[in-house]
Amino acid sequence: MHKEAAIREPLILGHKTYHDITEDVCRPIEDKAPRMWYILFGIALIIGLYGVGCILYLLGTGVGVWGLNKTIGWAWDITNFVWWVGIGHAGTLISAVLLLFRQKWRMAINRSAEAMTIFAVFMAGLFPLIHMGRLWLGYWVLPLPNHFGSLWVNFNSPLLWDVFAISTYLSVSLVFWYIGLIPDFATIRDRAKKPIPKKMYSIMSFGWSGRAKHWNRFELVSLVLAGLATPLVFSVHSIVSFDFATSVIPGWHTTIFPPYFVAGAVFSGFAMVQTLLLIMRKAMNLEAYIHTKHVEYMNIVIMVTGSIVGTAYITELFISWYSGVEYEAYAFINRATGPYWWAYWAMMTCNVISPQLMWFKKLRRSLLFTFIISIVVNIGMWFERYVIIVTSLHRDFLPSSWSMHYPSHIDIGVYIGTIGLFFVFFLLFARYFPVLALNEVKSILKGSGESYKNMPDDHHHEEPAAVEEAPKAETPAEEPKAEESTEESSDDSNEGDAEEKEDNNDNNE
Amino acid sequence: MADKVIYAMYDDDNVLKDGAKKLVSKGVKVSEVFSPFPIHGIDPIIGVKNTRLGIMAFIYGLTGLTLATIGMRYFMVVDWPMNIGGKPNFTYLDNILAFIPISFEFTVLCAAHGMAITYFLRNKTLPGMPAQNPDPRTTDDRFVMELRTSENSQFSAEELEAMLKETGIVELDQKDVA
Repeated sequence: MHKEAAIREPLILGHKTYHDITEDVCRPIEDKAPRMWYILFGIALIIGLYGVGCILYLLGTGVGVWGLNKTIGWAWDITNFVWWVGIGHAGTLISAVLLLFRQKWRMAINRSAEAMTIFAVFMAGLFPLIHMGRLWLGYWVLPLPNHFGSLWVNFNSPLLWDVFAISTYLSVSLVFWYIGLIPDFATIRDRAKKPIPKKMYSIMSFGWSGRAKHWNRFELVSLVLAGLATPLVFSVHSIVSFDFATSVIPGWHTTIFPPYFVAGAVFSGFAMVQTLLLIMRKAMNLEAYIHTKHVEYMNIVIMVTGSIVGTAYITELFISWYSGVEYEAYAFINRATGPYWWAYWAMMTCNVISPQLMWFKKLRRSLLFTFIISIVVNIGMWFERYVIIVTSLHRDFLPSSWSMHYPSHIDIGVYIGTIGLFFVFFLLFARYFPVLALNEVKSILKGSGESYKNMPDDHHHEEPAAVEEAPKAETPAEEPKAEESTEESSDDSNEGDAEEKEDNNDNNE
Repeated sequence: MADKVIYAMYDDDNVLKDGAKKLVSKGVKVSEVFSPFPIHGIDPIIGVKNTRLGIMAFIYGLTGLTLATIGMRYFMVVDWPMNIGGKPNFTYLDNILAFIPISFEFTVLCAAHGMAITYFLRNKTLPGMPAQNPDPRTTDDRFVMELRTSENSQFSAEELEAMLKETGIVELDQKDVA
C-alpha cells in the first residue's frame, strides 16, 4: 500500500470505515429528499421552463428577437456559449489531468465536477443550435451526403472544428463519467430495498460485479481515457478560441487566444465547481470528504489560472500598442474607455484582482470568501467573453455602421433559462446519482484517511478490522481439524494450472 | 464431477491479499476475487493477466485518424475542391494544417468510444445484465475470494475451507454448481 507523508493533510476526516463511506454517499439517495431540494428544484425548473419558452418563441419568430443587428451579429448567444463551454472545462480537467498527476484530492470532487461539465456542455451546445434559427436542420453541420450535389461542410472552418471538438468532448466526457459511475451504481443497487429503484440501478449498473479482472480493465480504461481527455480538454477551448483568432477582426485575431482561453476556461470552471460543492457538501453532509483542504487546492488552481488570464489581458494591451497596428490599438483603447468601459473594468476587477486575494492563506481557506469569489469569478468570465465579442464588433470598419448592442428580454430569458436548466440537471444528479466517486474514495481511505494516517506504522495492516464498527452478523466460522489438513496440502502441486501457478510464483517473489 | 464453489469473505483488502498469497503458495488456485474497489497488487497473485485494452485503444485511434484523413481528403480535395479566397485545395498536403484539429478530434473520438465499447463487451457489462457478485456486501465493504473444487482437484473441499480459515476470513459460504 502506498503510504503518504504524515505532514500531508488527510483527505478524509474522521474515523471512517469503508462502510461509512458507502453510507454517507448513499443515504441522501435512499432517504427522502429534503424540503430544500424540492424548493430549489422548483425554482430551477420554473426558470428553466421560462428559458425553454423564450427559445420556443425565438424559434417561432426568428433570431431577430435577439438584440443583434447588422454590425453585431454575435453577442449574447456566443458569449453564453463560450461561458458555458469554459465552465465545462473543470470537470474533465479534474478527473483527467489530475488523474494523470496522481492527485488524490480529485477523488472527492471529480464525480460532481464531471456532472457539471456535462450539463454545462449541454447548455453550451444549445446556443449554436438555436442561433441556427432552424434547429431541426442542425444536422447540416455534419458531413452528410445531401441534395445539393456533392457539397460538403467546410473542413477549413473553425466553426466546423468546433462542431467536432464540442461533440467529441461531450461524448467522451459522458463515457468517462459513466464508466466511473458503474461500480457506484452497483453499490446502490446492492443496497436498494424497494423494487423500482433496485431495477433502475440494476439496469444502470450494467451488471457490475467487481471481479478482479474487471477492476484491472477499469483502471486501465480510466487511465487511457484520462490520457485521451487531457489533450482533448486543451484542444476544445483552443478550437473555440480559433472561432475568433482566425478572423480578421481587430481584438480577435490574436495568437495568444488559445492558451488564454484555456486558462480562462479552467479558471471559470473551478469557480463553478466551488460554487456548487460548497453548497453540496453542506446540504449532503459530505464535509468529511470535501473539506477545507480540497477547497484550498481548488483555490490555488483558481489563483494560478487567474494569474495566467490576468497576464494575458495585460499582454494583449501591451501588444496592441507595441505592434504599432492602429486598428488593434484602437480596439483595446475602445474596450477600456469606450461605451463598454464598464464591462471591461468589471472583467478586469473580477478576473485580475479577485484571484490575487487567494495568495492569503486565511482567505483561500475561508469557505465564505471562496464562495463569494467563485461567483465573482464567473461574473467576470462572462464579462470577458462579452467584452471580447461585443466590443470588438461594435466599432465596425465603416464608422457609419458603428452600433451598440442592447440585449432584448429574450436574450436575457434564454441565458437565465440555461442557468435554470443547468441547475435542474445538477439537482437531479445530486438526488439520484452518487455525488462522490465512493469506490474511488474507498481506495484512498488507507492512504489518506485521517484515522489511518495517525496510526503507528506497524498497525496499518491489522487495525482496520478493529476500527470497523459495522456489525459482523455471522460469526467467523471456527471449526476443528483446520491445522492438519493445511499442513499436508502445502507442498502439493496443482497439475491442471501449471502455467498459471508458475506465473503466480514468479510474481510472488 | 460436482463442482463446489467456496466463497471466503474478508473485511479488509490487505488481509485478503495476504491470504491469497498464502493460499497460492500452497498451490491453491483462486478463481476470482470480488471487491468494492480495485485491490492493487492482487492481479499477479491470483494470476489475472494485464488487460490488453490499451493496445485496442491505440488501434481504434489509428483507425479514427485514417478515416478522418481519407474522409477530409475526399470531401475537400477530390469530390469538391473548395476554393477559399482564391486558394483552392489542390492537394491534401497543401491544406493539412486546416485538417489537423478535426483529425485529432476524430482520433480521440474513435479511440475513446472504441475502447469503451470493447470494455463493456469484454466485461459483459451491458445495460440490464444481472449482477454476479456472490454477496451484495461486496460492493460495500466486503471482499470475497472464490475457490472452485474443480480447479483444485488435489484438495478436498474441507481442506480448502480449512486453509481459508487460517487467512483471517470473516465468513465462509459454499455453493454446489452443476
